[in-house]
Amino acid sequence: MTAPGGRATSIPLLGRDEEPTVFELSAPGRRAWSFRTTGVPEWSAEELVPPEHLADEPLPLAEVSERDLVAHYTRLSARQYSVDLGAYPLGSCTMKYNPKLCDDAASLPGLTDAHPAAPASLTQGWLELLVALGESLCEITGMADITLQPPAGAAGELTGLLLMRAWHDAQGRSPTKVVIPDSAHGTNPASVTLGGYTTVTVPSDDRGCVDLEALRRALDDDVAGIMLTNPNTLGLFEEDIAAIAAAVHEVGGLLYYDGANLNAILGVTRPGDMGFDIVHMNLHKTFAVPHGGGGPGAGPVAVSERLAPFLPGPKPVRTDDGGFGWSTPERSIGRVHGWHGNALALARAYSYILANGGDGLRRVAEAAVLNANWLRDRLRGSYAIPFDRPCMHECVVSATPLKKAAGVKAVDVAKRLLEEGFHAPTTYFPLVVDEALMIEPTETESPQTLEALADALARIAEEASDEDHQAPRTTPVRRLDEARAARSLIPTYDARPHPEPEDDEAAETLEAPSARY
Amino acid sequence: MTSFVPHTDAEIDEMLARLGLSSLDELFTVVPEALRLMRPLDLAPGMGEPDVAAEMGRLASANATGAGLVCFAGGGAYDHEVPAAVRRVAFRSEFVTAYTPYQPEVAQGVLQALFEYQTLVSRLAGLPIANASLYDGATALVEAGNLAAAATKRTALWVSAGVNPRWREVLRTFAVGTGHSVVDLPLVDGRTSFDLDEGEPPAAVVVASPNHLGCLEETAEARRVATETGALLVVCVDPVAAGLLRTAGSQGADVVVGEGQPLGTPLSFGGPYLGLFACGLEQVRRVPGRLVGETVDVDGRRAYVTTLRTREQDIRREKATSNVCTNQTLIAVACALQLSWLGTTGLRELALRCARGTRFAREALLAIDGVEPLAGAPTLREFAVRLPLDPAVVVERMAEDGFLAGIPLEPEYGRDGLLVAVTERRTRAEIEAYADAMEKVVR
Repeated sequence: MTAPGGRATSIPLLGRDEEPTVFELSAPGRRAWSFRTTGVPEWSAEELVPPEHLADEPLPLAEVSERDLVAHYTRLSARQYSVDLGAYPLGSCTMKYNPKLCDDAASLPGLTDAHPAAPASLTQGWLELLVALGESLCEITGMADITLQPPAGAAGELTGLLLMRAWHDAQGRSPTKVVIPDSAHGTNPASVTLGGYTTVTVPSDDRGCVDLEALRRALDDDVAGIMLTNPNTLGLFEEDIAAIAAAVHEVGGLLYYDGANLNAILGVTRPGDMGFDIVHMNLHKTFAVPHGGGGPGAGPVAVSERLAPFLPGPKPVRTDDGGFGWSTPERSIGRVHGWHGNALALARAYSYILANGGDGLRRVAEAAVLNANWLRDRLRGSYAIPFDRPCMHECVVSATPLKKAAGVKAVDVAKRLLEEGFHAPTTYFPLVVDEALMIEPTETESPQTLEALADALARIAEEASDEDHQAPRTTPVRRLDEARAARSLIPTYDARPHPEPEDDEAAETLEAPSARY
Repeated sequence: MTSFVPHTDAEIDEMLARLGLSSLDELFTVVPEALRLMRPLDLAPGMGEPDVAAEMGRLASANATGAGLVCFAGGGAYDHEVPAAVRRVAFRSEFVTAYTPYQPEVAQGVLQALFEYQTLVSRLAGLPIANASLYDGATALVEAGNLAAAATKRTALWVSAGVNPRWREVLRTFAVGTGHSVVDLPLVDGRTSFDLDEGEPPAAVVVASPNHLGCLEETAEARRVATETGALLVVCVDPVAAGLLRTAGSQGADVVVGEGQPLGTPLSFGGPYLGLFACGLEQVRRVPGRLVGETVDVDGRRAYVTTLRTREQDIRREKATSNVCTNQTLIAVACALQLSWLGTTGLRELALRCARGTRFAREALLAIDGVEPLAGAPTLREFAVRLPLDPAVVVERMAEDGFLAGIPLEPEYGRDGLLVAVTERRTRAEIEAYADAMEKVVR
């Protein structure tokens, strides 16, 4: 029998002590650094820096050997779950396997050593890569043009809203509201506020989709547009999308596509064909850029023809002589990043697209949707499924039956799953489902891993008891006192209360962590 | 083609059968037929790994960079060494392939690394709070402006022309949404002039030190203006120069932002970089993005968790302090590693070596007929000169001699300016050859 490849209970543990901080490993005078021999004259700091600017003493950092530093961070890495260890069915985050060939591509010296201000004549390879990536993403989304500058999904959202604003301005209109469904990601309303708009929330209907009648009632000529995720955060395809698009366009609004769930529809349907005007993509979800523990990602924004003149600039373009250059669109909203976006993340995504090709990308969507539906089917009976109909790349189940029967909540299920060697699903989101567990297996988990995951979830439901509040018991640390973290904030090592003040100065530090500054 | 979908055809058939389906297409019947893409995506066919590597290699080698082009360009992106220990350890796949630490019991690695990062950035800034990173220097500046506006309930941002012009452009782009106004404070001989007609009182006074021309600013004067007008003082710092300079916090900064790229991240054509952000305790509830704090687990063991989460977008939604979700964690981990590899003595040594190379190069260039200083204020790791011909042409010609000569300055700094940066990597021989090539080009 084939064993699941995505389960991490085989990791040996070497103990459960705390890992000291690098500051505690520090010994005065120890060092790791070395530098190139340059032959440059060795002027002193006093000769180089005016006295009013020169620090009296070196900035206190850590003082460690390279061996101790490497060991410390290697031990930290052993206290960290990751896709490379096992399945990570974190809904809405698309924690798919990150191919190693993309790591290699993004490590090529010709890419990593390029200065972003070098003239176009010296960076033709980079420009060609960016142009080709942009063209591929436009084909995948069905849009006309693109900016690669936004460094993350939320940055893409805000860029899209500023494009929306610029477009309305150009029409001589100044609508004030943006409509979002109640199932939307929190970044949507936060971005709406930063874009200078007011959020109008529309409810989901009993099928888990946008309530079309409620939407129609919310629409008037003060609506700048709507932000939609399709499939939505319940993993359901908004089947009324054509009618939604028509209704929003009718009042002069624009449609914004939140690309968080684009993985579900690659090569199957395209936001542009659904009527969307602005689309952001999370390259760190759909296009396998690794999440890095919370970034860096990349959030390009593609637009329809009529919005292209407003895109951020400068943008990489083909030139008349068959080469590549920079060009700023006619009515550009301006830069949204200090340089050209998260370029190496863009290079990774391009290598992923090259490896898969058009057919391969469709295969990604098919397997992602197959896995999610299979899991939804297997979990029926163990968990409540609030909207039990064919889903796309993820499914949302509810722990309410466990809560009623045994007082076991979604958070307990999540912590139990950690003990089972899997990462937990997203919990308590979307907000429209009680005790929500949002499960996105992704296409890269095998049927054997899905089976093991489903077995673990079913067993947790079956054995639900008070004991589950003790979980997790096998992890490097157990449940944390989050209230204490917020109440007695310790945001740095220097803010820790000193256990045994040795003198008056230390006692003062205990009372006022900022006093030393 | 390469596929990362593990399923065999037989497994797919079994899974479909369980769902009562006979083909993969049937998974998508929820998509209205009129919206379905009835053709394959118009992309090249998928490639095997060696073919992808060859194509990416072709693109990479079409850039004149690295060994072929000795770098004297800066302007917010610097050519520093990244030691093997940082490259190899920061890119361990446990760090690379993890998500945001939403399950802290299995994310202590990333959380503790971020806690150490926050401590190091806090010390570097001389302020007690540092967040867990933002996208880059420019977006960190935008967040500082938003924080200052929220703290003062004002909308005007007074920004020195010494702040990186691309960062100021980003600030202006986002100000359209927030309704903030950006007022430029001009430079006089390389330093900010605060002689401004009385206008709307500012939310923030923003200076950079060293600034875009490499000049050290009189932060005390900026502090005085901020205090008089009731504004917050935002200082943009360079984390390498910080190895020699008094901290911005000790000079009175309320918020410190910076570009973290010089510590542990290669030039990378401009990204991913790292937005440094630090502030005082009084602003802690307005901090954008993630903040890691120390706590204990149920067994009393020291542990780390993201905290003050009610500021954030996934909880606070339209009232959040920022829309930041995914940030630059991996780059922050690399930065923390680099700072600890350098340590107390190494950061100072690094800053000193950059300052020495900068002085040596500046003197060599100014010895050339027709090359003039653009500003008189003291500089540290970067400097600006005025050339007798178009700097863009100089950069193109110097590339033929194997140098990336610098960055042609924006017209707002006067005509014919070139910005030159020298890092610890530049040898005396390289600098002398660079000056010789410059002399030939401008002659």
